[in-house]
Amino acid sequence: MIQDLVVYAVFIGYAIGVLMTFGLLLTWVERKQAAVMSDRIGANRAYLRIPFTQVKLVWWGLFHGIADGVKMLLKEDFKPRPYDWYAYMVAPWVVFTPVLLVFAVIPFGGTLDPGRLVPALTDWFGGRTYPMQIARLDAGLLIVFAFGGMTIIGAMLAGWSSSNKFALLGALRAGSQMISYELVMGLTVLGLVLIYGTVDLFDIVSQQSGRVGGLPAWGIVFQPFAATLFMAAAIAENKRIPFDLPEAESELISGYFTEYSAMKMGLFMFAEFIEIAIIAALFTTLFLGGPNLPYMGDAGFAFPGGYEIPMSHGAVVATQVLVFLGKVALLCSFQILIRWSLPRFRYDQVLKFAWKFMLPLALVNLVATVVWMWARHG
Amino acid sequence: MKKYVYVRRRYWNEPTMGWWERAYLFEILRGLAITGGVFLRNMGKWVTGRKGALTSYYPEETRPDYAAANRGKHVLTQRPDGRPQCVACNMCATVCPAKVIEIEAAFDPGDPTHPKYPSRFEIDYSRCVFCGLCVEACPEDAIRMAKEVPDFPSPDRMNMWLGKEELLTWQPQCDVAKPYPPAGGAAR
Repeated sequence: MIQDLVVYAVFIGYAIGVLMTFGLLLTWVERKQAAVMSDRIGANRAYLRIPFTQVKLVWWGLFHGIADGVKMLLKEDFKPRPYDWYAYMVAPWVVFTPVLLVFAVIPFGGTLDPGRLVPALTDWFGGRTYPMQIARLDAGLLIVFAFGGMTIIGAMLAGWSSSNKFALLGALRAGSQMISYELVMGLTVLGLVLIYGTVDLFDIVSQQSGRVGGLPAWGIVFQPFAATLFMAAAIAENKRIPFDLPEAESELISGYFTEYSAMKMGLFMFAEFIEIAIIAALFTTLFLGGPNLPYMGDAGFAFPGGYEIPMSHGAVVATQVLVFLGKVALLCSFQILIRWSLPRFRYDQVLKFAWKFMLPLALVNLVATVVWMWARHG
Repeated sequence: MKKYVYVRRRYWNEPTMGWWERAYLFEILRGLAITGGVFLRNMGKWVTGRKGALTSYYPEETRPDYAAANRGKHVLTQRPDGRPQCVACNMCATVCPAKVIEIEAAFDPGDPTHPKYPSRFEIDYSRCVFCGLCVEACPEDAIRMAKEVPDFPSPDRMNMWLGKEELLTWQPQCDVAKPYPPAGGAAR
């Protein structure tokens, strides 16, 4: 019992640490990647000076995130006068918390056997093994969609409670857009659920560890079309360019969080950046095999032709965690690439794109999957 | 009441899209390939120790390739005896849109042809917009702009003033090729 508590405390600490680090680093990565993509240098002036010396640590502008945080904490917390106090205060947290909660069901590694990892504790753990996931729930994927849907409420609350026309318009746009794309997202994932026969994310990941005809048995191999649609719908869910209509600066100032300032506005931004990492983690889990590498099992690498590289349990766990983080980082970078390449849609185009283009395609994909499954398994 | 029917206006240069462009995804992938390629090219330069950007780190690094006609730092031209050409008419200060020039006129009884001269001539570079109107307004060709930029970025705006002495003694290379008085001019 105590053992479970200790292990899960470590997992939760790791998850929160990873998400916060990603949130902080992504502000820097976004700036720098945008700069490099457009032949610029990017933010490089913030520095930490080592006390009592003139040594200034610039580190390629890595401390701009800290400067942002300090600025947001110290700024005046402006509040509009005729506003709904409770909803206004709660809205940023309603946006921020579900984003963190989604990570609870995402497996970030394989199976952990702490007794083998730390020999001194072998007796204490008594051969218990843990899937590296905060909560292994049967309803994993459903939990993801349930919590993902809650951020809509936060955006609507924020727009409604700040008594500002632009904020309200932004909230309406956010509501309609996110509901439309939620549907598309759910339909694209249904094909995968049919193939794997489960919504338990750990099961889905372990089923992706094999190989199919020379390719890793990842979701993207079975459902490349669904993967593309899922990525597009997820970016629309996150309300980033090219789908950033709810906060279109040229039309709505800042959309539903126009009237928020200081750290409350920071929470909205931070939630957006963490959601980039969450989307990347979800995509990795569903379509890129999670922490699996091709030819890697629980005992190390086993290449065809009998060539094997045995690894200790610690090395396997570390590799799996690092592989997961690497995939997530690459996908974050890909999302930033999209954000800095594509122009923004018009508002009617966004909804048309969801209902008249992506939804039929998702349905076609689902029907094709059903027919294929029926032909294969009868 | 007449029913209004909206008819979308057609232009002679309507964009024409084939099914390839209409499918959207392929063109998106092409765009991503272009931006991703630029990213990888620049990243490759940064990683191998070269500079992958067109930007210059301004205060630490100044560009050597200013155009010959670049409007940079001001120069007060001098008479052959070293006194300023300026007659303190205040035309430059009047025309200046940013109101950065401050001139204090003085009387010099020893020079009957140019009795009025500036005892103070100061320019606030923290506000100067480098429009060159002062150069055009000057009736005496007393103020010019060299191609080099005034190089004093500073956290204190009081450090960004230049006075008469600096403006007179600062003689850039490019101004030597354009000496005063001009050859063949009226001053000979």
